[in-house]
Order: sequence, then C-alpha cells, then structure tokens
Amino acid sequence: MNDPIIQTITAVVVSIAFCLLYFAGSNLLLDKIADLPFATKNRREGIKSSVRPWLFLAPALLLLGTYLFYPLFETFRLSFYDATGEVFVGLTNYQWVFADQNFFITIRNNFLWLLVVPATATAFGLVVAVLADRVWWGGFAKSMVFMPMAISFVGASVIWKFVFDFRGPDSDQIGILNAMVMGMGFTPQAWVTVPFWNNFFLMAILIWIQTGFAMVILSAALRGVPTDTIEAARIDGATELQIFFEIMIPQVMSTILVVWTTITITVLKVFDVVMAMTGGQWDTGVLANLMYDWMFRGGGDYGRSSTLAMVLMFAVVPVMAFNIRRFRTEEAQR
Amino acid sequence: MKKYFSLPSIAAQLLLLLIVLVWILPTFGLLVSSFREKEQLVSSGWWTSLSTQSRSDMRRTGGMQSMVKDGDKYVITGRLFGEQAQVQLKKFSLQSAKPGQYDVGTKIEVPDGQVFDEEDGQPDGMLTVAADSTYRLELNQPYEKDKGIRIFYVAETPPSFSTQNYQKVVASEGVGQAFLNTFKVTIPATFIPILIAAFAAYAFSWMTFPGRKWLFIVVVGLLVVPLQMSLIPLLRMYNQLGAALGMESKSFLGVWLAHSAFGLPLAIYLLRNYIAALPRDIIESARMDGASHFQIFISIVLPLSVPALASFAIFQFLWVWNDFLVALVFLGKQPEQIVLTIKLNDLLGSRGESWEILTASAFVSIAVPVAVFFSLQRFFVRGLLSGSVKGG
Repeated sequence: MNDPIIQTITAVVVSIAFCLLYFAGSNLLLDKIADLPFATKNRREGIKSSVRPWLFLAPALLLLGTYLFYPLFETFRLSFYDATGEVFVGLTNYQWVFADQNFFITIRNNFLWLLVVPATATAFGLVVAVLADRVWWGGFAKSMVFMPMAISFVGASVIWKFVFDFRGPDSDQIGILNAMVMGMGFTPQAWVTVPFWNNFFLMAILIWIQTGFAMVILSAALRGVPTDTIEAARIDGATELQIFFEIMIPQVMSTILVVWTTITITVLKVFDVVMAMTGGQWDTGVLANLMYDWMFRGGGDYGRSSTLAMVLMFAVVPVMAFNIRRFRTEEAQR
Repeated sequence: MKKYFSLPSIAAQLLLLLIVLVWILPTFGLLVSSFREKEQLVSSGWWTSLSTQSRSDMRRTGGMQSMVKDGDKYVITGRLFGEQAQVQLKKFSLQSAKPGQYDVGTKIEVPDGQVFDEEDGQPDGMLTVAADSTYRLELNQPYEKDKGIRIFYVAETPPSFSTQNYQKVVASEGVGQAFLNTFKVTIPATFIPILIAAFAAYAFSWMTFPGRKWLFIVVVGLLVVPLQMSLIPLLRMYNQLGAALGMESKSFLGVWLAHSAFGLPLAIYLLRNYIAALPRDIIESARMDGASHFQIFISIVLPLSVPALASFAIFQFLWVWNDFLVALVFLGKQPEQIVLTIKLNDLLGSRGESWEILTASAFVSIAVPVAVFFSLQRFFVRGLLSGSVKGG
C-alpha cells in the first residue's frame, strides 16, 4: 500500500523539479552566454530577447507538436494506407467506409446524438438557470444539477445502468425506471437492448452530465440581462413566459450558441458511455467506438481506423473555424 | 423584492424540484445501494431499503457431527443464522416450492422418506424452527451424512447498512490498488501541464517573437481537435519507441506526457486570457528596474495568477481522474497500472450483475472528484466562464 504512494510523491516531485530545473537552468544559461564578451552589448541583449521567448515556449510547443499537431497529419496520411500503415492504397479506405453497413448505423446514431443531446442539455440548462434565480433554494438546486460534471462517464454509466436495470416481470424490480413503469401498470423492459430506442437511454446519461455545464454558463449570461428591460416589460403587462422567450433568450443567444457548439464537440467524441453501457451492441455504436474497434480488431487496422478518425475530424472543422473566427474578433476588440 | 409565494412562483418551484430530483436520485440510489447487503440489494429496490425486507431462502441444519442421542431419538439442534444476525424467521418448510408452509414455532412431522431412503410407513422424525432461527430436529434413526437436511424459510430482515461492500472491493477486487494508480496518474498529469502552460502563456502575453499571433491561433484550433486523431500515430510511436529502447510501451511516464499534452491547449488558452489581462504597469515597471522575464514570471506573474492556475488545475484533475480513453490506449490492464475508470468498466463486463461490487466501486471512483468539485466549485465555475472549450 505504501509503495504506490511514495512512487506518486516521487513522480510529482521529480517531474516538477525537472520542469523548474529546465526553465531556471536554460534561462540562466542564456544569461551566462549572453554575458560572455563577444560582439557589442546591444547585440548580446538582442540575442537574449530573441531567444528567451523560445525557451519559455519550447516544452509546450514540443508536447503540442508531438501529441496533437503532428498526429493530425500522420492520421490523415495513414487514412490512405492499408491496415499495417505500410502500403499506399489511395481512397480504398474511404470507399470502404461509405459502403460499410456498420458505418451507416454508426453515422445515424451520431446524427441522433447531435440532434438530441446539445439541444436538450442546453434547454434544460436554460430552464434550470432561469428557475433557480427565482427560488430561495436556487443555489442548492444549481449545485445538484452541476454535480454530474464531476463524475466520469464510466461512473455515470454505472449509475444509470442501475436506473435502467431490468428483472423479469414476475420479480421485484431494483431499477427505479422499471419499478415506475411497473407501478404505472406497464411491462418492464430491458431498455438498453431495444434497438434504435436504446440510443435515447444512452443519450440521457450525457444530457444528465452536460446540463450542469449549460446551466452555469447560461446562468452567468442571464445575470447580464439588464433588469430594467425585464422590469419595463413586466410593467407593460408581459407574462413570465413572454419575458423568457422574447427578452431573455434573444439577449443570451450568442451564449446559447457557444454552449451548443461546445456540447456538440463533446457529443461528437462520445465513447465512454457507449463502451460502458453496451460496448456498441444492439445498434448503439458511434464513430469513436467504431474507430476504437478497428484500432485493435484483428491486430489493428491503422488505415480504416485513421479513416474513421478523419470523419470525426471533418465534422469538427466547422466548429474549429467558428472558434478561431470568434477568437480573432475578440482579439481585435482588445 | 422577489415574491416566493405567488402562483407562478410555486409552479416554478415544483418544476425545479422535479428536475433536481431527476438529477440527484440516480446518484443517491447508487449511494444507498452501496451500503446495503448483497442479498437485499438484488432482491428489492433501494427505495425500500428503510423498510423490513422479507425473502425466502434455504439453509442446512448441522450434519452427523452435531447429532446427540436423546432417549430413543437422535437429535440435531442449532441455529440457522449466527447469534449476531438480525434475522427474524416467519415461516419454514421442508419443500423448496413452499417455503412459507408452516409458521415458526410449530412442530412438524418430517415425512417418511424425506431424510432416510427406506420407507417404513413412519414419519422420519419431528422438526421445529423458532423465530430466532434455532431449530430442533428429532430423528428416529441415526443420521449418517456430513451435510444436514435442507430447511426452507421466509425471513424478515430489518434495514441494515454496512460498509462491507467497500471493504470487499477495496481489499479483494483490486479497487484499492486502482485507486492509488489513479492518483499516480492524476497528480503529475495535473502539475506538469500547469507549469509548462504558465510559461508559454506568459510568452504569448508579454514577450515579442515572430509568429506569436499565428502560433496562438493554432493553439485555439487545437482546442477542439478530437483525441481520436492522435491515438493511432501515438500508439505507433509508443510501440516503436518501446521496441527500440527495450522498454514497456505502456508506462506511467507515457500517460503523464499524453495527458499533459492533451491538456495544454486549454491550459495555455485559459492562462493567456488571464495573464494578458494583468495590469501592464506592473510588468513594465519591473522591466525598468532591470528584472528579467524569468524573474518577473516567478515573482510577480505566477503569484498573481493563482486563481487561474487553480481553475485549470481543477479542470485537469477532473479530466484526468475521469479519463477512460487515454488510459485504455496508453496504460495496461495489469493490477499495477489499471486505473479506476477501466477497472469499473471491466467490472461492468465481468461482474455486471454483482451490484454490491459495482455500486461500491463506482462510489470509490466518484468520491474524490465530487469532493474536489464541491470544495472548489467557485474556481471551477470561474474557469468555465473564462471561455473553455475542452478539446481532448
């Protein structure tokens, strides 16, 4: 028991010491070199200030380059190669993808997820954010809705698998959903095994997790809606629903868009939930699962799994462009 | 003044209450279940856990070793449950199909042929079982088997909660080791990117170098690149590197670096937003006084950025602790390396019906991030609001 703890502490200390040593050491070295009597003082100062930024950036650029930037191009390249990644096969993998039956079920599921989860999570988040501001226990309500954000997808899957648990119609149900269904006089179902509809039960898990995120962001945005406007509308006789739909929502529309796209990205990459709940069985597979399957199936097919990763990447590109544009307009306003 | 008791307000409260209930009941149910005994957990819903449960089952009497001769009878006495068990028997029987045949306390005849094979037209003996599970079996002939006879019963168990599920998963299911492994992955993978990103963010904010703007736009772009894009090249790279150096390709160092790298875009983005907004005067006057960038960073910028560092630290901690995919690809499944999320997923596969193990294991894995989350919620929210679009 003691051993892993000591190892962990050692690892933390060593890694931090290593980082600090690099930064302190390289900066000191630069100072020492630039202080050597060569060239003019100005020239040496020039060298110092042009090299130092790269010392600060080097570890970050190295990691980003190796783990994110280079793999982008490598995955793109591998998508034109065969299973071993050695033989160029042109567009074969792409032709295979679009003819594959599994891929169609997967893509259909991904579209379902994209249609349902961001919309529902944002809507619930908005409703909770608005309601919580009007009741005295709103802070508590927000905390409770926010809490699933801290739970892993796998943990959440266990929680919900227990909710969806199914026993035969003759025995007592231990899953609360089937207990309620039986209480209302219907027959219990093994929810996650009913093709097509089971997708929605998996989506419920992600909605459950993401609503808290939407709520927090939207709640902050709603606080920015001028109270004067709302008061004025109220005096003019607007109902609460009218205020909600015609004043609040338009005011926070840009935030809704940001929340929506962020959840969209999360949904595109959804993997853990499907893996833990069904392993992709009963027609619940999504792109990330299919890709993972091909990564290891039969010793691993690098070509096909890279192609599937590229499909994911193509789906992300519009969001990436949107983010960069938003960033550049924000920078221009600085 | 807000009015809390108008009609729309009551409707709003009810709606919110409904939503909050839907949000907390699943977790609450799992928490309650993790403290229930195995038999109760699989036979009744957790919402009934505060009421007394009745269930039917079977236990055996003692065998020939506990037989005592009493006059012309051969008597076996004992308890079906231990002294401590808080079990109240209601009914008992010798037939599995009818466990509720007789009330406890009645003395019944053991039918001919039930215990002894030869049929002599006489009952084999008499049996009585009391509510506290003591029994007395009087037989007409010596009993000659090691295993006792089977008694079926209906028992009522009062609500009982214990931590034995937790003791079991931590000690014998390997969850305890996985818990430590998760810490071993998470702590370095949280610290390393913070330090690296803070230096980079400072460079992006306060130093001039060619390509500063474009490099940062690349970082913003990388925020949303799916992790899946990196997996295959990295897997190949790790395997080749492992083979070339003669080392395991799956190691903690590999996972630390992977997590650090995947966390960097968000870290740099968040920290730059914060560090770039620090007052220009402070940094420029320090420059005037001859302080180097390194000194300014360590003595001024780092202390001022603590809130932003804390926000990111929480993000990264939760993200790494809860990560499944990276650990699945870059760490092994042997006991020294397996982390909680993978352990939990394996248990879902192998012990899918053992809810006493699953519930307790799930809570072991949930407890730490939820505790971190509730104690540092303020920083977490601040981090979210400063524009987070996590890639990974």
